[in-house]
Amino acid sequence: MSQTTASAGPGATPGSDDKLAHVLATFPEAKREYLIPILQAVQESQGFLSREAIVRIAGHLGLPASKVFGVATFYNQFRFQSQGRFNVQVCRGTACHVKGSAAVLNAVKRGLKVEPGQTTRDGVFSLEVVACIGACGLAPVITAGGDFHAAVQPDKVNRILQSYRKRAADDAA
Amino acid sequence: MIQIQVNNKTIEAKPGEMLLGALRRAGIQVPTLCNMEELLPTGACRMCVVEVEGAPALVPSCAFPVREGMKVKTHSQRAVRARKTILELLLANHPDDCLYCPRNGSCELQSLAENLGVRQRRYTGLKSQHKIDTSSPSLVRDPDKCILCGKCVRVCEEVQGVACLDFIGRGSQTTVGTAFNQGLNVSSCVACGQCIRVCPTGALSEQSHFRAMLNAIDDPEMTVCVQVAPAVSVTLGEEFGIKPGADIAGLLNAALRRLGFDYVFDTGFSADLTIMEEGSELVHRLQNGGRLPMLTSCSPGWIKFVEQFYPEMIPNLSTCKSPQQMLGAVVKGYFAERQKIDPAKIFTVSVMPCTAKKFEAGRAEMVRGDMADIDLVLTTRELARIIRMRGIDFNALEAETADTPFGERSSAGKLFGATGGVMEAAIRSAHFLVTGKEMENLKVQPVRGLEGIKTATVKVGEVELNVAVVSGLANARKLLEEIRAGRKDLHFIEVMTCPGGCINGGGQPIGTDLEAVKARMQALYRIDREEGVRVSHANPSVQRLYSEWLGKPMSDVSHKYLHTHYHAREVLK
Repeated sequence: MSQTTASAGPGATPGSDDKLAHVLATFPEAKREYLIPILQAVQESQGFLSREAIVRIAGHLGLPASKVFGVATFYNQFRFQSQGRFNVQVCRGTACHVKGSAAVLNAVKRGLKVEPGQTTRDGVFSLEVVACIGACGLAPVITAGGDFHAAVQPDKVNRILQSYRKRAADDAA
Repeated sequence: MIQIQVNNKTIEAKPGEMLLGALRRAGIQVPTLCNMEELLPTGACRMCVVEVEGAPALVPSCAFPVREGMKVKTHSQRAVRARKTILELLLANHPDDCLYCPRNGSCELQSLAENLGVRQRRYTGLKSQHKIDTSSPSLVRDPDKCILCGKCVRVCEEVQGVACLDFIGRGSQTTVGTAFNQGLNVSSCVACGQCIRVCPTGALSEQSHFRAMLNAIDDPEMTVCVQVAPAVSVTLGEEFGIKPGADIAGLLNAALRRLGFDYVFDTGFSADLTIMEEGSELVHRLQNGGRLPMLTSCSPGWIKFVEQFYPEMIPNLSTCKSPQQMLGAVVKGYFAERQKIDPAKIFTVSVMPCTAKKFEAGRAEMVRGDMADIDLVLTTRELARIIRMRGIDFNALEAETADTPFGERSSAGKLFGATGGVMEAAIRSAHFLVTGKEMENLKVQPVRGLEGIKTATVKVGEVELNVAVVSGLANARKLLEEIRAGRKDLHFIEVMTCPGGCINGGGQPIGTDLEAVKARMQALYRIDREEGVRVSHANPSVQRLYSEWLGKPMSDVSHKYLHTHYHAREVLK
């Protein structure tokens, strides 16, 4: 791999070099079939796929950044923002759907003012849509920071979110 | 050859080929949206579905290999109805704004809707909504009009080796976009415009703003000069129903005068000028141990390609500006002086087969003080649009000649329009510069033709010159990788961004008709065969420019007006 294609490019920010280089070093060969394992390893190590990481993975494998971004966005497992203090999962599995999880998701989106895959500006919440979390008896179900909330109705969503906001504020104080 | 049954008739097919190819040769028209000749099929759009006896479902003919004795129905009710439904579903997520679309009249969706008799909106629902990307100086991307056929993605990656576009996301959320879905201006896009020519819809088009030009034409205080690139006169006719390969230079000059341009110049003149400078630069590098191989610098997409992917080869690029920029510079320099016109009162327009020329004209290096060499670039397509807008009837025009002092060109300058043309012109003049004699046979056959990479060894005096001619940036990438890996035999390399050169440029008429490209190329060769002045150094207007103003090639004045420099670029790549 030549110098130019391996350089970090405009996505680079100084400081986080070592962790990323360490992950890439575990895949020394530039083979395109390593792309997904590398994306997984980088997300494992950094919690999400930063722009810098994507540009450098592309350089490492000799692939265009557009392609790496395209592959990464194809899979739900990859995220492009760091997770919030509380990751909110809204279940959109069949049982939850039947019990009205679409309206719940809308209420959460409105409450947090973010779309799935995004993190609130204050970093308190991130929102994730999941297919089924295996708690169909509690439908519709959401989790926040690992806590389960059962039989959530849209008008209850704000109160739930508020309790986590308060926790974040208390911790900060 | 094997035999297959299509619509109860026997036709021939080549073993191993896809069904679509055999159908096309037999004159059976099956519509396609995603098919690209010479690239592997993707089967993405499903428009080409046909009925094959024994197959459980309709099959995409583009990706279905032929089989001896197979029975095919291409236009059964079932097949046609399926195509129509596919189209109706595409239209359900398409903005209904044909009248306001840059591709009104040249849109493949539009003509399919007509052919398949779509008269009702049978499917309605939410439509995707995206921002239009106008960040590029050359291209506009309107993702709402994208039907996800993937042709732009493939031409960018497989033909041009740039790969600034890819599919983003999945399912109904899929879009085509750049890395991080950002503007083209921060991507590795080289503005070549090949994506526009393959796009079946208005999702990709050129930046088109020519009001400033119309205002300048209307302003009696402004002198408006237009130049026309060599590849335009052998192509523009196609926009007006003239057969491919007809040279309409004379009619074009007349049309431009009708549009109100004060002076009509020929970029072929500055192509000759480029040869004088670039040929001298090559000889200088050869004789003084300069950086080799020297790379041509006429094609602005290629320049950006080197700046972002191969910055270590920037010193290999010729410092010569492209013919477009040279002509702009001499118009605002020499011509302004000679005519005693304030250069600030001159508006320079160029008609180019190219979208990257718009990017080039806006480069900071191409502006002296606050004066740009070129004020506005029109593509071949845009000029055709303006000619129609102004109601000019080509059939009623009489041929006219271009204006002095920049209307005269050699046929070598005209050859610039095809891949290999710069090389052929440069070899002719380098031979004269080195030996003082003309070549016995001016035609340099090995650098002619549409092949992607051509190499030749040419004897120039005592020197054996190893040259390469490349078109299509994926081919350029191959050659540059060889050089990176240590290949050292080459002295001079011509690179054209678009496959085949400017005759197949990103600003040319929509579509990828290889036969038309061949006809345009033959037209340039015919001009070269039939004209008297066939070497750039014998162009009397160029000789006069040197005697009156520039002195000699590579002089201080030349360097000030005709040469430039490049810089490494950081882009998302």
